[in-house]
Formats: sequence, structure tokens, C-alpha cells
Amino acid sequence: MAMSSPQVVFTRYGVRRGARDSLPLWIGTVPFGLVVGVLAYAKGMSFIETGLFSATVFAGAAQLLVLDLWADPAPLVAATIAAFVVNIRMAAMGAALASWLDRLSGWRLWGTLATLVDHSFALSVKEQREGGRDAGYLLGVGVGLWTCWLVATLVGHVAGSIVRLPPGHPLFFASTAAFLSIMVGLWRGPRVDFGPWVVAGLVALAAHRAGLPEPLPLLLGTFSGAALGAWVEMRAQRA
Amino acid sequence: MTIRGDVLLAILLIALVSFVCRAGGYAILRNIRPPAFVEAMLHHLPGALFAAYVTPSLVAGGGPAWIGALVVTAMQIATRNLGLAIVAGVAAVWAAQVGLG
Repeated sequence: MAMSSPQVVFTRYGVRRGARDSLPLWIGTVPFGLVVGVLAYAKGMSFIETGLFSATVFAGAAQLLVLDLWADPAPLVAATIAAFVVNIRMAAMGAALASWLDRLSGWRLWGTLATLVDHSFALSVKEQREGGRDAGYLLGVGVGLWTCWLVATLVGHVAGSIVRLPPGHPLFFASTAAFLSIMVGLWRGPRVDFGPWVVAGLVALAAHRAGLPEPLPLLLGTFSGAALGAWVEMRAQRA
Repeated sequence: MTIRGDVLLAILLIALVSFVCRAGGYAILRNIRPPAFVEAMLHHLPGALFAAYVTPSLVAGGGPAWIGALVVTAMQIATRNLGLAIVAGVAAVWAAQVGLG
């Protein structure tokens, strides 16, 4: 990607345009945020804790997974490991946006990185490919989605306190549904993903059945599947 | 309207690792190229993670969960809208629980 350019700028106009372009994405973000808020209430998080959780973590899939593992007292190690494994995919995004980020410093750089999510990455890559030079755009999309996310999860928390879900309620299927939806987007074809995903699922299932505590089944499954995928890829490269 | 100490600590730790993932990629990956196997594994981590999560949950959830999974997948392919797919999946599980229960 030869997109590095000295003309990259960071303007208020770019931030505003990014925020405006985030608006259509609110349609998908609001229900997701509502679900996370409802589950946060069901898992015993207070209104303030839920707000802090969404404001500082700002990652739907990670928050869902953490809430699924959530217990009393708060599972520090399990939750931290789980969040790291879910969010590690974002490391590649920052690296891919280097041609914009290289021109920033201070709060503009670290603030932009703090709001980086899948959607702001996708929109910004599109913007870059179309010749966009305003790095403020990335921050604008991020802040727009962050605002939507915070409000939606807090509204969800309030809704959860009114509805009060019994255990086994269909809404608890939302985490599984969210991850299945994300998997649809990640699918690169049966030759690449079928084996690793099946192995990941089966190892996790076997670890569950063996009675291993969370998040061990999740981690064992994840790393077995990813290792298999990497091994197959390396072997294909050598051949 | 309270913040518990252990909850606050957990949230801050999760926030910290999330920021490290976001910023670390830019700060580290552009200067240092990880070994090829590690890089290949990073590409495979997200899919494997979600597969490792959904499989035990679908097995535990039985028929309604599998019906929900089919609806979510179909909805996501058709609309590419995460929120819509989640809502449709939850609705399908709810309908299946009522229907099968």
C-alpha cells in the first residue's frame, strides 16, 4: 500500500464529516448496545459501572464476552484475557492505517487510536483508497460510534432494570448471535477456515465437558484452532 | 448508583488491554514484523475465538439455539447488519422455545 503522503492533515472538518458518516452505522450499533446494556444489568453491573465499561472499553464483542464470563467477585484474570484475545484483531488495523497515523502526535494520535473500531477502520480504509487525506475522519467516525454506543448501552441498562430477565431468557442468546454474525464476515472460505473453526469449537467443547474453569475452554479452543490455521498456511507457503 | 472496587478494577484492566490492542498494533507492528507463524496465527485468532465460544453455547442451547443460529447466519448474509441479525436470532430462539416448549 503506497499511500504514505506528506499531505495528510487533521481538520475539524474531517472529524465532523467522519461523525456524519458514522450515522448510518448507528442502525446496527443501537440494538447491539441495547443488548449489552440489558445483559450488564442482568449480570449485576450498576448504571455507572455500565457507563464506565462502555466508555473506556468501547468494543461490543469484547464486552459481550466479558459479560458472559462475569461473576461475583469480578473475574479479573478471565475477563482481561478474554478481552485481550477478542481485541487483538484491532492491532492489525492500527498498523494498516499508519499512513494517516504517522502524521499525528499527542492526543490526536492516541485519542484516535483509543476510538478505533471495526467500522471506523473499514470506513477509513475506503476513504484512504478514494484519496482521502484528512486523518480527522477516523477520529470522527470513532467518536460518533462511541457516543451512540455509550447512550445505547445505558438505555439498555435502564430497560433491563424494568424488564428483569429470568435465567435462560432468549435474550441471552444475543452473545452467540453477535459472534455468529461476526463469523459470517470473517469467513474466508472452507479451505482456510473450516478446519481451524471446527477444531476450535470441538476443543472448547471437550474442555467444557472436562470441567475446566473459564476462560480455559475458550482459550484452549481458540489457540488450537488458530495454531492449526497458521500451520496449514505455513505448509502451503513452503509447498 | 455505586461503583464496586473489584468491578472498577476489572473494567480498568479490560480498558487497558483494549487500548494496548488498539495502540500497540500501530506502535509495535509497523516497526517489528512478528515471526511468520505468529502473524498467521493472529489472522486466525478472531474466527477461532468465536468458534470456540459459540460451539459449547449452541450445544448447551439445543434445538432452539441451532434454529437461532441458522436465522442469524442467514440474516447476516442477507442484510450485513449486525444489530438486525442479533435481533432476528433472539426472536427466532424465543419463538422456537415457545413452539418447542
